[in-house]
Amino acid sequence: MQESRCVFITGGATGIGAATSEVLLERGYKVAVTYRSRHSSENLTKYGDRFMEVSCDVSDSDSIDSAIDQVEAKFGKIEILIVNAGITEDTLLLRMSHDAWDSVIETNLTGAFRLTKKVLPSMVRARFGRIVFVSSVIAGMGGPGQANYAASKAGLSGFARSLAREVASRNITANVIAPGAVATAMTANLSQKRMDEMTSSIPMQRVAEPSDISGAIAFLVSEEAAYITGVILPVDGGLSMGF
Amino acid sequence: MDDAKAFEQFKECAVKVLGVSPDKVVMEANFAEDLDADSLDIVELVMELEDSFSIKVEESELEGVDTVGGAFNLVKGKIA
Repeated sequence: MQESRCVFITGGATGIGAATSEVLLERGYKVAVTYRSRHSSENLTKYGDRFMEVSCDVSDSDSIDSAIDQVEAKFGKIEILIVNAGITEDTLLLRMSHDAWDSVIETNLTGAFRLTKKVLPSMVRARFGRIVFVSSVIAGMGGPGQANYAASKAGLSGFARSLAREVASRNITANVIAPGAVATAMTANLSQKRMDEMTSSIPMQRVAEPSDISGAIAFLVSEEAAYITGVILPVDGGLSMGF
Repeated sequence: MDDAKAFEQFKECAVKVLGVSPDKVVMEANFAEDLDADSLDIVELVMELEDSFSIKVEESELEGVDTVGGAFNLVKGKIA
């Protein structure tokens, strides 16, 4: 049953989103991924009709409506939502513009609200749903130059836990994954000094590969995770222990 | 649509969403006390009624609506 469930992943073209798409396709799910500028890796097309990609700007409700309508027309109602799309606009708060604040909150937090609002009615009716928000260890620890990003990701925690309480009785779970440093295009923008600082404070002494994160996401959307909701799961090599 | 027909349609929605027997869906029934409906049940019922009657119910219109009669009158006002 679970193998054919329909998954919608935002920001699925690269990094954590692409790795998650691959592991779920490998396990038999139907997977739709969104992209804004970059398409997914061609090797996902080998999964044929179980894979599709749609253009979607999570800061635009009409774009979300259109993307989800296209996916539902092909795959049926979305049963699993993975909110992964995110942006950074790092700079110290003293230099941070209102636009840099607004755009990060808009995409990372308000985008999650929009997506969830769109898919939740059918999950409630179906009495089944899995929602995973991809946050960051920065949500709890903070990060210099990342006040907007940290606020957006910390906001996801309260959002997910409120949602979890609201819809738990309908067999819908809402959880948060909090990766530490991951080798993706986003962390490629960090300075080497910052990366070295992060690595030195990670008990496992390495940054994560996207596949380290996708395995945890795949578990949270599985049947085996039916009794897990409202959790913020660090997947960070031990980085955030004690925070 | 006459009132009796509309109420039958309303009752079908309530039975389907709330899982109660049709004879419990009467005008004076209180959602929480008589039909054991929580706030999410009521939201689900509103969604079902919106689909069934092709209407749109705003959040503000639900304030103070705690009985079947109150909800039915709200629906009736929109399909008249």
